[in-house]
Amino acid sequence: MATAGLALATFGGAVQANPHPWQLNMERGASTWSHVPYDLNNISLWVCVVIGVLVFGAMFVAMFRFRKSRGAVAEKWAHNTVLEVVWTTIPVLILITLAYLATGGLTSWADTTGSQMTVKVTGYQWKWRYDYVSYMGKPIDKVGFMSRLDKQSDDTRQLDSGMDPYAVKVGDEQTYLLNVDKPLVVPVDTKIRFIITGGDVIHSWWVPALGWKLDAIPGIVNAAWTNIKEPGTYRGQCAELCGQDHGFMPIVVVAKSKADFAKWLAEQEAASGKSLPPPAPIDAGTAATAAATTPPG
Amino acid sequence: MSYAATHDQHDDHHGAPKSFFQRWCMSTNHKDIGTLYLIFALTMFFIGGSFAMTIRAELFKPGLQLVQPYFFNELTTMHGLIMIFGAIMPAFVGLGNWMIPLMVGAPDMALPRMNNLSFWILPFAFLLMLSTLFSPGGAPAGGWTMYPPLSLQSDSLAYVVFAIHLMGISSIMGAINIIATILNMRAPGMDLLKMPVFVWSWLITAFLLIAVMPVLAGAVTMLLTDKYFGTSFFNPGGGGDPVLYQHVFWFFGHPEVYIMILPAFGIISEIVPTFARKPIFGYKAMVFALACIAFLSFIVWAHHMFAVGLPLGADLFFMYATMLIAVPTGVKVFNWVATMWGGSMTFETPMLFAIAFIILFTIGGFSGLMLALVPADFQYQDTYFVVAHFHYVLVTGALFAIIAAAYYWLPKWAGNMYSEFWGKVHFWCSVVFVNVLFFPQHFLGLAGMPRRIPDYNVAFANFNMVSSIGGFLFGASQLIFLGVVIHCVFFSRKKATDRVWEGAKGLEWTVPSPAPHHTFSVPPVIHDEELAHGNVHA
Repeated sequence: MATAGLALATFGGAVQANPHPWQLNMERGASTWSHVPYDLNNISLWVCVVIGVLVFGAMFVAMFRFRKSRGAVAEKWAHNTVLEVVWTTIPVLILITLAYLATGGLTSWADTTGSQMTVKVTGYQWKWRYDYVSYMGKPIDKVGFMSRLDKQSDDTRQLDSGMDPYAVKVGDEQTYLLNVDKPLVVPVDTKIRFIITGGDVIHSWWVPALGWKLDAIPGIVNAAWTNIKEPGTYRGQCAELCGQDHGFMPIVVVAKSKADFAKWLAEQEAASGKSLPPPAPIDAGTAATAAATTPPG
Repeated sequence: MSYAATHDQHDDHHGAPKSFFQRWCMSTNHKDIGTLYLIFALTMFFIGGSFAMTIRAELFKPGLQLVQPYFFNELTTMHGLIMIFGAIMPAFVGLGNWMIPLMVGAPDMALPRMNNLSFWILPFAFLLMLSTLFSPGGAPAGGWTMYPPLSLQSDSLAYVVFAIHLMGISSIMGAINIIATILNMRAPGMDLLKMPVFVWSWLITAFLLIAVMPVLAGAVTMLLTDKYFGTSFFNPGGGGDPVLYQHVFWFFGHPEVYIMILPAFGIISEIVPTFARKPIFGYKAMVFALACIAFLSFIVWAHHMFAVGLPLGADLFFMYATMLIAVPTGVKVFNWVATMWGGSMTFETPMLFAIAFIILFTIGGFSGLMLALVPADFQYQDTYFVVAHFHYVLVTGALFAIIAAAYYWLPKWAGNMYSEFWGKVHFWCSVVFVNVLFFPQHFLGLAGMPRRIPDYNVAFANFNMVSSIGGFLFGASQLIFLGVVIHCVFFSRKKATDRVWEGAKGLEWTVPSPAPHHTFSVPPVIHDEELAHGNVHA
């Protein structure tokens, strides 16, 4: 079991999008952009490993060669201009290379233009609200809902609940604290723009498979985009301390094929036309109360 | 063998006041005040450490077993505040108090009464802060960074704000004292560019302190008025901006990070040449690198905020500026290695901790470089990767340097040698367990575990358990340190020589061990060859 886990951790870059036991490295992710942080992570890691091997190697050679117990006599020199210029210049060149790579990746991330869909994300203590704003150029009316920690996780996570976190499962997947009552559903192969804000305190919306996190700040509307390549379930968590249940407001994104998504959206629109009140007004002062009175789902 | 006689003589003739109260509470003596700072820091280290042990115990396995989530947040918040402001900073001030006058040939600090005040403020500040743990609303639980609006929900905000004001006053007075001492009290012949690197590091650190402590005071005062006086600096409902707080806070916070590491660089730059028996490589480059790092620390603050949604241009600027820090930091590491190269090394406990510092701090620097790359930081930000990063630079960095300094100068302070055997046991336990504790946290962060959560998905269980086991053992190892120090001060029969270490150079080693109550009442005559950096040509 552990061996399999380790093998997966080492070679399973694209096998799973959600965390698995003994995982050692970041995942490539599931969106068209998520390889950027993954590649930068790997490149900079290897740069650091190489520098580390050289520097620590030199240090260990020094520690073995120049020990007093081996009769080493201290030399008098304490300066070498050529050497100093070299080890100032080489890091500069390495840094310029890394900065070049990072700049390209960051610029593409910052470009939210040309999106085909807009979803508004609002962080509350301690749940997320998703409001569908538009899809394929058409405004969406009254599709929005709260997304909370699922009941099984919530029961299990109580102090001294006596319940086993390993027993919280969806199918074969262990979803303790990473599952919600109602996930965000989005289509694949679509440039989705997220507009992200906070209703009370600062939260941070993070799904590792999408490659980024962005703070949900009251009074500020942030924007980011994603374009998911494969249908699947992608899990994440709030990543900014937001009070006592900060650890208990997960994020689940379900990516469906465009046809399935269109069907899901039509169902939601039909249902909301009958029963749901309009989305809660987002205002720092009243949002918390408004959120509390909005029925789930 | 004359030191033994000198020792007794000095205790009698230059003796400190006999009454306990007069000696410790009314002290104006830099050595006694230094000792007070160090004892205070050690106490806070164990208190902050006990919070850390509770945190690691709760995180030992998935599910909540010990504490409620809100109390968990109180623990992480208090752990950060106590360790930063109560343990690391006072420890460096204590080392500076003890050693700077001895290193520059001054009879005492320039402003001895202010020195007393700047220490005695601290116990009250921390009593105020720790008392919140027992108050009805509980301790602050919004993280040591106290981001609004969350921090404004805490009932104990006022206590923490006042405690921070007190600490800030203490730090500023301490910094003024250090600058005045270094600039005015050097013995004739102790030119600025002949000063020990540790003294240089403190001179630069003191300027950082004066520059940024008022900024922190301003930021937390605005929190206070937002909560109690109806202002809206950070309240969007009144036209304020929560992100403004983060900019102001990190304008303090990033220089603060270097306040906690520059004196450590100074300490390592003293210890490595002593045990390599070779002058430090590139003295001027070392001093210049310190100054560069200090300058850069003022223009990188927003790298703590890449996820708040900065404009693209700001992201790029702060990324480039942050990456630049790698250059002077690299110079320092290369120079330490070059100091060892061609030396004649022995490996007493201070040197072991110094070597561990160089390797493990550099690992913390590597993850720092990775964190500087904005797109990668979008993934790392607020995960255990960051927790691993700053514990590598603060525990195996700052704390290891403090421990190295304690072993290095303890014989000078106490007049007795510590037990080298137990010192080495402490070292090997610490260096092994600290890596068991913090290295797996890199993996947890990369796998997606956010920081500041009391419970987690079962996928994170394995490495959390490894990390907790390392944590308990690392914590227990520090009791060895306590034992070594108590043994050395009160029970050790092995008297220290004046020079203590064969390769030690500098004025502090010319006074008897233990250092008498008053030293350098007459300025010493300085011979350049006696100084560690007396003959600097480049």
